[in-house]
Amino acid sequence: MSGRAERAAGGRGRRGRRRPVRPAWTGPLGLYSPRATWLHAVPPGWKFGAVAVVSIAMTFVREPVVALGALVVSLALLACARVPLRGTLRALGPFVVLAAGIGLFQWWTRGWAAAVVTASTLTALVVLATVVTATTRTDRMLDALVRGARPLRRVGLDPEVLALAVALMLRTIPALVELVGEVRDAARARGLEREPRALLVPFALRTVARAHATGDALAARGILD
Amino acid sequence: MIELDAASVCVEGPSGEVTILSPTTLTLTERRVSIIGANGSGKSTLARLVNGLALPTTGYVRVDGLDSHDDGAAVRRRVGFVFSDADSQIVMPTPLEDVALSLRRLGLRGRERTDRARAILARYSLDHLADVSVHALSGGQKQLLALAGVLATEPSILVCDEPTTLLDLRWRTTITALLAALDQQVVHVTHDLDAALLADRVLVVDEGSVVFDGEARTAVAHYRALMGTPA
Repeated sequence: MSGRAERAAGGRGRRGRRRPVRPAWTGPLGLYSPRATWLHAVPPGWKFGAVAVVSIAMTFVREPVVALGALVVSLALLACARVPLRGTLRALGPFVVLAAGIGLFQWWTRGWAAAVVTASTLTALVVLATVVTATTRTDRMLDALVRGARPLRRVGLDPEVLALAVALMLRTIPALVELVGEVRDAARARGLEREPRALLVPFALRTVARAHATGDALAARGILD
Repeated sequence: MIELDAASVCVEGPSGEVTILSPTTLTLTERRVSIIGANGSGKSTLARLVNGLALPTTGYVRVDGLDSHDDGAAVRRRVGFVFSDADSQIVMPTPLEDVALSLRRLGLRGRERTDRARAILARYSLDHLADVSVHALSGGQKQLLALAGVLATEPSILVCDEPTTLLDLRWRTTITALLAALDQQVVHVTHDLDAALLADRVLVVDEGSVVFDGEARTAVAHYRALMGTPA
């Protein structure tokens, strides 16, 4: 039983029922939500292009109204994608807190306008990226990436390998977050939660072992042949 | 047909070369072959030789006449491989996409690939989980998905390296029954002696050598004696 599970179970009876244990936070990546919305029907290449253009354009934004407008539009798109509300809020929560923290720092150093622009822009871009991953199967993303990366063949880069690297990143980041939770629970079980080596060493070793295992699995499936 | 011709595997160790698998000569034609042995005995290395994941330091490994060293990609197309830890084998965020990834190798495009992947998931009763995050699957469901992903490309041989080690009794029974029903030749590395007894031929590996090769019941008895455990 994990540390969180133990704490949750330990309170039953004496303090009444506690909130059920939640699965580990794995972020908004790989949050594909199968729905039949117009956003799901938009070709992945267009979505990538739109996010790229908006991301570049947002770096030039200095007006709080424009940044807030972008945030409202991105949230409207998220609503159009009809993603599961609770899971999405939980996935985006830490990013919103981070953006708010950066915004506070901006307010302290450069004033409220810069704070609003920075926090709104960051949040809008993360929400837009979430809209893309929530409405596009990774498989379709791979197809779009392979098509988009074809010119890179001229410099010796295989588009299939590039696309696979992106897919692996989407899968690996949540997996590493899970791994952090497992390592932390193992350290807690030994009473070593305040010992950085008890967290970092097993995390590093298991990450490398996992990378090796994934490489073996890809080779065994002949995906890179 | 799998042929090992004086195939050995050595690795560089801190104090010189270490032999993981001594020169081994075998021809495997039986439909069900099990490999049993203690941890670290070299049975996984033997299994990896068949798929080309490990290349022989000396000798040759041939699958249907194809050399694993010279025709590695062709050998991997013929030989599917299932690992004990399905987590490292599943690459994509959802079951549907993971099976579709396997199908990319067949050159299928977009909709056709998705439809085929859905049909494969249905064949293994995983269709209701097609769009669920793989993080949400149980260990048994993940192993079944890993198996479906490998079988999607219809290999003629399947090598399974302890596929049921991390599973509970129900899933172990399910996966063992599924492997038993396959048309493919199956090479099954296992600690499950009940599963090994179902094989047509069993290899017992100890300290990097095949120390027994023969009929299942005799092989399991030999292994038990080797481990010092009563029958």
